[in-house]
Amino acid sequence: MSNTYRSRLMQAIVGGAILAGAQSLSFGALADTTLNALFMAQAAYSEDNVRAMTADFEAANPGVKINLEFVPYEGLHDKTTLAQGAGSGYDVVLFDVIWPAEFAENKVLVDVTDKITPEMKEGVLPGAWTTVEYQNKRYGMPWILDTKYLFYNTEILEKAGIAAPPKTWAELLEQAAIIKEKKLVEFPIVWSWAQAEAAICDYTTLVAAFGGQFLDADGKPAFQTGGGVDALSYMTESLDKGLSNPNSKEYLEEDVRRVFSSGEAAFALNWTYMYNMANDPKESKIVGKVGVVPAPGVDGKSEASAVNGSMGLGITSTSKNPDEAWKYITFMTSQPVQEKFAKLSLPIWAASYAAPAVTTGQEALVAAAKTSLGLMFPRPTTPTYQQLSTTLQQAIHAALLKTSSPADALKTAADSAGGGL
Amino acid sequence: MMERRSLPFSIFLYANAIVLGIFIVAPLLWLVIMSISDTNDLTTVPLRWLPQTLDLHRYGELTSTVANSVGAAFLQAMRNSLLVAGMATIAALAVAIPAAWSVSRADGKLDVSLYGIIATYMLPPVALVVPIYFALSALGALNSVFSLAIVYLSILAPFTTWLLKSNFDHVPVEIEKAAMIDGARLDQILRRVTLPLAAPALTTAGLFAFLLAWDEFFYALLFTAKDSKTLPVFIADLAGGRVADYGLIATAGVLASLPPVLIGFFLQKSLVSGLTAGGVKG
Amino acid sequence: MMTGRWMTLRSWLLLAPLLAVMTFIIGWPLAKTIGVSFTDAKLLGGAVNWVGVDNFSRVLTSAAFYSVVWTTIKFVLVSVSAEFVIGLAAALLLDQQFVGRNLLRALMILPWALPTVVNATMWRLIYNPDFGAFNAMLTQLGLIDAYRSWLGEPSSALYAICLADVWKNFPLVTLIALAALQSVPRELRAAAVMDGAGPWSRFRAVVLPFLIGPLTVAIVLRIIEAFKVFDIIWVMTRGGPANSTKTVSMLVYEQAFAFQKAGLGGSVALVMVLVSSLLIAGYVGLLRRQGEFR
Repeated sequence: MSNTYRSRLMQAIVGGAILAGAQSLSFGALADTTLNALFMAQAAYSEDNVRAMTADFEAANPGVKINLEFVPYEGLHDKTTLAQGAGSGYDVVLFDVIWPAEFAENKVLVDVTDKITPEMKEGVLPGAWTTVEYQNKRYGMPWILDTKYLFYNTEILEKAGIAAPPKTWAELLEQAAIIKEKKLVEFPIVWSWAQAEAAICDYTTLVAAFGGQFLDADGKPAFQTGGGVDALSYMTESLDKGLSNPNSKEYLEEDVRRVFSSGEAAFALNWTYMYNMANDPKESKIVGKVGVVPAPGVDGKSEASAVNGSMGLGITSTSKNPDEAWKYITFMTSQPVQEKFAKLSLPIWAASYAAPAVTTGQEALVAAAKTSLGLMFPRPTTPTYQQLSTTLQQAIHAALLKTSSPADALKTAADSAGGGL
Repeated sequence: MMERRSLPFSIFLYANAIVLGIFIVAPLLWLVIMSISDTNDLTTVPLRWLPQTLDLHRYGELTSTVANSVGAAFLQAMRNSLLVAGMATIAALAVAIPAAWSVSRADGKLDVSLYGIIATYMLPPVALVVPIYFALSALGALNSVFSLAIVYLSILAPFTTWLLKSNFDHVPVEIEKAAMIDGARLDQILRRVTLPLAAPALTTAGLFAFLLAWDEFFYALLFTAKDSKTLPVFIADLAGGRVADYGLIATAGVLASLPPVLIGFFLQKSLVSGLTAGGVKG
Repeated sequence: MMTGRWMTLRSWLLLAPLLAVMTFIIGWPLAKTIGVSFTDAKLLGGAVNWVGVDNFSRVLTSAAFYSVVWTTIKFVLVSVSAEFVIGLAAALLLDQQFVGRNLLRALMILPWALPTVVNATMWRLIYNPDFGAFNAMLTQLGLIDAYRSWLGEPSSALYAICLADVWKNFPLVTLIALAALQSVPRELRAAAVMDGAGPWSRFRAVVLPFLIGPLTVAIVLRIIEAFKVFDIIWVMTRGGPANSTKTVSMLVYEQAFAFQKAGLGGSVALVMVLVSSLLIAGYVGLLRRQGEFR
């Protein structure tokens, strides 16, 4: 591409000035290697966690310095692709499970299949590996092994006389109805249904539960049939009955956490990280009242449900220090580091789930994880995922906002899966 | 106005003035209050409008210089904004001064070119951004405050030219002619005669240009990352990310607004000429 | 006095740097965008094929395109007309003598000077569905009985953004109108009062002629700017809910950068340029007809 659009004149005039300036700024006489790493400021490990891990790495590797940048999840994909064109962008990037196809096709990430040692292959959970794979190649190391769990407020359930959290999605609505009727909270369930990827994650969980499919065997849209429609109908039904917080349509994960942590919801679907944050007195008013179970199933179709919301760390193809970058990635994803910081994100290592450092104090979460992590349902693997997702987000919103029935909205989306235009 | 006012009219007038005042000040006041309130006060329903305790820790947090902290990132963004806006402004003036003088002294013959330039710079940036991105990418010049300053030049230069041209129109040609007869070269005339006379206008134009650059978001969003981010991009990222602490977002907003607000008050008298010339933001 | 050719050459030489800047940073990219929009170019490279007018026919036959155009038009109409009404009313008020007038005038600077992104962020916090000041105020005044999701409902999201935009931009109209009002000669006003003309006929006959030119310029300027709207929407809703706040600029961003379809995005941008050009031509025409005023 670059050559196609290169303008020599532009290069002469603009480039000269910029390069001269850039050199004077960035040549700080550092003999050390500096890596730029891009992370997200949302869910999973907190910024403080990442800083602490990185500080440990720097202490263990004198001569390597890491510049950290945090962007909202919503900006992570575009920042990564835009920086790709920048050449001098990031060395290490955090990527979502849905991007390896696109990033591999566009050569954004380096193929690291050969760098992965047998110990890694053996030790990491198979579900985690799917996060970084595309066409049998691996484009990084899994780092955040995550799925959405059903969180509940134990105190509210107790007051409502509910003995156990729901096992099926239908039961969730029944329990929510009881809670609403007893006026314990106005809207018992809270979700992240903003027009964003977050809504797709909740939808995917439901699609898994209702036995639906995104694409059929030929790669054609299949979400407009069967379980795909049931899942969306369930979402609209919960809103219609006043059981789901209507503001969910504008919420991302952080909003869900805030509402749940302030005690204004009995149930919430959210990532791992909410468990310990909702139990943190500085962040929450419901400390010690947080229950967590796998997301429910549907009678006759599933016992429980889960979405693969994992993320990996990869080396960009523009990195000038791929070896140091890989060193950093292997450190960040190593078993000791992941076990040390296991409060907001659970380790990728199978052995960790027996380690007291991981399980102590969060037995309920680890128990739920053992079920959920085995069930993680993937979102479609396609290089044009962004477009498919945007189209689906619009369909979901059209149904939630009543401009269209769930079946019609999904049918429209399936017909125009090309991405809006 | 000379006429006497009736009492009902006076009441009407003051009532409206108060409503207008509240409409303007209330959102800003709330921004400031959010920045100094405890998070618990802000997330209580019904809302407590006045904080129970004064909480200034966020101002400390944002001005902290600890490596990889929010404060360090904020200060870096502030520095980038200053750098980009400053460089773009100086470059814009350097380009605009000769151009404006030339158009002004051409007795209307070159006005057409100026109108053409004004028209061009009002085009939507989305129509230009892809090729600029390709070009900067090919040059390895993305993520650089220098590139961003050069891109901003295309916005600031026409605008400052326009502002300066109307000011140069007021510098009497006779003085310049007199200097010319004394044998002064063109650059000497400009430096010693015209520019000193137009000094206030230069300051105004420069400050306006600075404000435009300080405010720009679209190009900055696409062309900067990591350590070249400007303040608007930093704030948009902060507001979009994992910050349950609204006060911190508000604090960043307050700090980022201080320079333009101060400049705005300074510019008060010459504001209208700048506004008409397209010095609008947003 | 120097004349003729040297004069002309010198004039153009002095203009040259500005012309160069405009050619390289605006003219050249615009030409490139035109070129790209006839191809299937991707943002991150790969083969580039000439596709003729395919992109344009795809855009112009897409319901999604007309929907963002309509959203943009609604935004422009609502924002700019409200800015005009409130801005003019505020100017007429500030043209009167009263205690605190200068303070109020100075305060008008604040919204204008506030960076757009800060303004958008501020209003997003104010509209927060759970803890926002807007909900708190309306509830405590008894105007609504429950908190609402102002930015989460398609029926209100665009108008909520419009209010944020109006708050920031009406001072522009006010300040320009006020300057025009104060350029009305005192004698003229006094004479009209002596003639016994009523307030409305005085306004129409004496004040309006001074106002109409500057106000038209201010309005057209606002229309041009509002048509390009991107940042306030990016920060407040990112185009949601259900695309109810997705404008043309947002669509270009989505196609060209999020989906990396540079060609398709370019063609949407070009359609936008055509519309903008008409507006800008009107603006420049106004400026030329009226000469510059300050």
